[in-house]
Amino acid sequence: MMLLTGCLAAKAQEAAIHPDAPQAFVGAKLIPISGPEIDRGVVLIEHGKITAIGAADAVAIPPDARRVDVAGKIIMPGLVDTHNHIGGFGGADSSAPIQPDVRIFDSLNVRDSGFRRAVAGGLTTLNIMPGSGHLLSGQTIYVKLRKAEIIDDLFIRDADGKPTGGLKMANGTNSMRDAPFPGTRGKSAALVRERFIKAQEYRDKIAKAVGDSDKMPPRDIGLEALVEVLDGKRIVHHHTHRHDDILTVIRLSQEFGFRVVLHHVSEGWKVADEIAKAGVPCSVIVVDSPGGKLEAVDMTFKTGAALEKAGAQVAFHTDDWITDSRVFLRSAALAVRAGMSRDGALKALTLAGAKMLDLGDRIGSLEVGKDADFIILDGDPLSVYSKVLETYVEGQKVFDRTDPKDYLYAVGGYGAGNEQAPYLCCFDQPEGQ
Amino acid sequence: MMSNRFRSVSLLALVLPCVLASRAVAQVAVRGKTVYTMTGAPIRDGVVLIRDGKIAAVGTAAAVSIPEGFRVLEATVVTPGLIDAHSTVGLSGIYNQPHDQDQLEHSAPIQPELRAIDAYNAREKLISWIRGFGVTTIHTGHAPGELISGQTTIVKTWGDTFDDAVIVSTAAVAATLSPLAQKTDKGKSPGTRGKMMAMLREELIKAQEYQRKREKADPEKTPDRDLGLDMMGRVLKGEIPLMVTANRAQDIASTLRLAKEFNIRVWLDSASEGYLMLDEIKQAGVPVIVHPSMVRAFADFENMSFETAAKLRKAGVPIALQSGYESYVPKTRVVLFEAGWAAANGLTFDEALAIITIDAAKILGIDNRVGSLAVGKEGDVALYDGDPFEYTSHCVGVVIDGNVVSEAPQ
Repeated sequence: MMLLTGCLAAKAQEAAIHPDAPQAFVGAKLIPISGPEIDRGVVLIEHGKITAIGAADAVAIPPDARRVDVAGKIIMPGLVDTHNHIGGFGGADSSAPIQPDVRIFDSLNVRDSGFRRAVAGGLTTLNIMPGSGHLLSGQTIYVKLRKAEIIDDLFIRDADGKPTGGLKMANGTNSMRDAPFPGTRGKSAALVRERFIKAQEYRDKIAKAVGDSDKMPPRDIGLEALVEVLDGKRIVHHHTHRHDDILTVIRLSQEFGFRVVLHHVSEGWKVADEIAKAGVPCSVIVVDSPGGKLEAVDMTFKTGAALEKAGAQVAFHTDDWITDSRVFLRSAALAVRAGMSRDGALKALTLAGAKMLDLGDRIGSLEVGKDADFIILDGDPLSVYSKVLETYVEGQKVFDRTDPKDYLYAVGGYGAGNEQAPYLCCFDQPEGQ
Repeated sequence: MMSNRFRSVSLLALVLPCVLASRAVAQVAVRGKTVYTMTGAPIRDGVVLIRDGKIAAVGTAAAVSIPEGFRVLEATVVTPGLIDAHSTVGLSGIYNQPHDQDQLEHSAPIQPELRAIDAYNAREKLISWIRGFGVTTIHTGHAPGELISGQTTIVKTWGDTFDDAVIVSTAAVAATLSPLAQKTDKGKSPGTRGKMMAMLREELIKAQEYQRKREKADPEKTPDRDLGLDMMGRVLKGEIPLMVTANRAQDIASTLRLAKEFNIRVWLDSASEGYLMLDEIKQAGVPVIVHPSMVRAFADFENMSFETAAKLRKAGVPIALQSGYESYVPKTRVVLFEAGWAAANGLTFDEALAIITIDAAKILGIDNRVGSLAVGKEGDVALYDGDPFEYTSHCVGVVIDGNVVSEAPQ
């Protein structure tokens, strides 16, 4: 009985801050990404969507709206991380180099502290992926960092209610290992081509069956995912570092007509014109130094700038655990240090990434009709001293730096870790990979 | 631009014989809108004069006149060359292949005889990478990962050989009290915390007995020389500190207990739960070389805090900051960025700069040579085009022993 009363009280409290009440965030500097910055603006949200945005004197605030004074603060869209590994990820196992049947979300723990750290860093949308130790390590999942009890609460669903995600692939040294894995780059590409040809044949058989269940091929959930790729419904997110490996990815994507985002792209600056010409978007990692493996020796802060200059689409990613989600803004700032434009770098944290997840019409900028996913900062997003004060997903506050529980995850401290150490495939080995 | 470039090339040709004769030939004046000397309040429009590699004068531009023939460098912000109080670069290399990874020898858990001097690669590319951000001195050597992994050294980030670069040949013996040093090879390496401490204590007791016997007059009874025990003997005599990498509160407690039992000098390294042990660490009088501010929050570091440095410093514990040891990508961190993150998480700007300059020099015992811009100290200076901690600023010049070693903005 006591317990029940407690529950009811909690429910009542929740109702009082229900996201359906219109809210007006008044007085902040707005960085909409889709348009010029607004010095003193208003963002109006209702039912989890942005209903108005503009200069303070240009937006009519409804009388029933809850006003939130954010004068002196900065509001920008929630950050979109195109490549993240939080949640205790475990994708494909060591049984085979190509495993499109494996879904990353079957392994995710929604209570993993990584999710709490991510919202503290201002992240609102993630592409959570399996690792890079396979040519194809499984299906990725696009998530919103809502408050959640089970992983399904985080899914971003399509019009049919199906969870959305991509497919993780890799080339270069990470996926070259002892048999049954490939030992060379030539073999890597051959194995991928063979599997895509199988998928084409599988698709053709289904088409020929024209709905006749007797003529349908036996169901293959791995090939089903690849058919989605061939049909352009599922985007390939491809780990690739070396300049020639990058070109291999582009070649394969053109042969089979699949949509692809290049990830990491450490030597992308060497083939920036080729990447731009192919119209293939890039999700770039920014880390503190080059090296750590042969393919990353020529890694540089200037990759973003070089790709931008060549006319390629650029987003950034954390690759969390490689970099911490709480310092994601830093990726853009270091790219600006090396010559990328401020606007381009901020877009690369938000709208550019959203587009690479096919979510550009729903998130990534402060625009009327888009999801009310945004962050409030106490200073310029590119300054080391600035803090994410609050994070909102679909109008609901999911992080508040003044809440001691949230603060613990924002800065760390005793109890901020996981009770169960996460599975990590390659980062705790002292020797070369 | 072009003519300047040609001029410096021809100048180089002229002075080349002198370079061969002596490393420190350049006469350099560094002028900054703000000069952080680390000996007092920052100087507005200041000048640092470097003659024959040493600092000859520091003051306002009005007070310090720049002699004829001195090369003048200008920047918005000028600081002492930065000190990274714990790195592994030079032993760990950029490629991360077996041929350039000398920071961890796994053949035995206790090997204090391994000298950093025999492994340090002065031409390692990661060294020029961190130097480009203003880091001029590093404490580097054998990495955390074995119970006693070997020795460390202190070097400048310039010079073609170890001898060119060295400041302190053997700085510390590196020990690890963490699951990082636990292995599953039964019988050889420790598998638990209890075993780690037992093995460390046994090694120190063995060294005590070895020392006692070696110092006895009777040559018949003198034990054979043992390089490892020689080294532990120097630790027992207090000549060299034992740098103990410990993160969890219980491992920090073990470190302090060990220091007390054997009355040895200890540098507490990393200390990611150090905020739980403020009184104990302070009481023990042990300095802390704090983990990188942005270290990944998992395993030994799962309770890491961005505020560890600030909390220790506020408690009165002497601290320095480190870039640490990275086994994968990135292959090294940059201590400048780690200090910036500490400045954004509880430390003041001046404090954050101190823990990568003068405070680091004091802990490492090299403050008579580097760490501040003071007359008589070595001419190590870093130049920035804005707040050094801001990501969008650049390091625009680095001077080591009076030599302008970097000018390309980084």
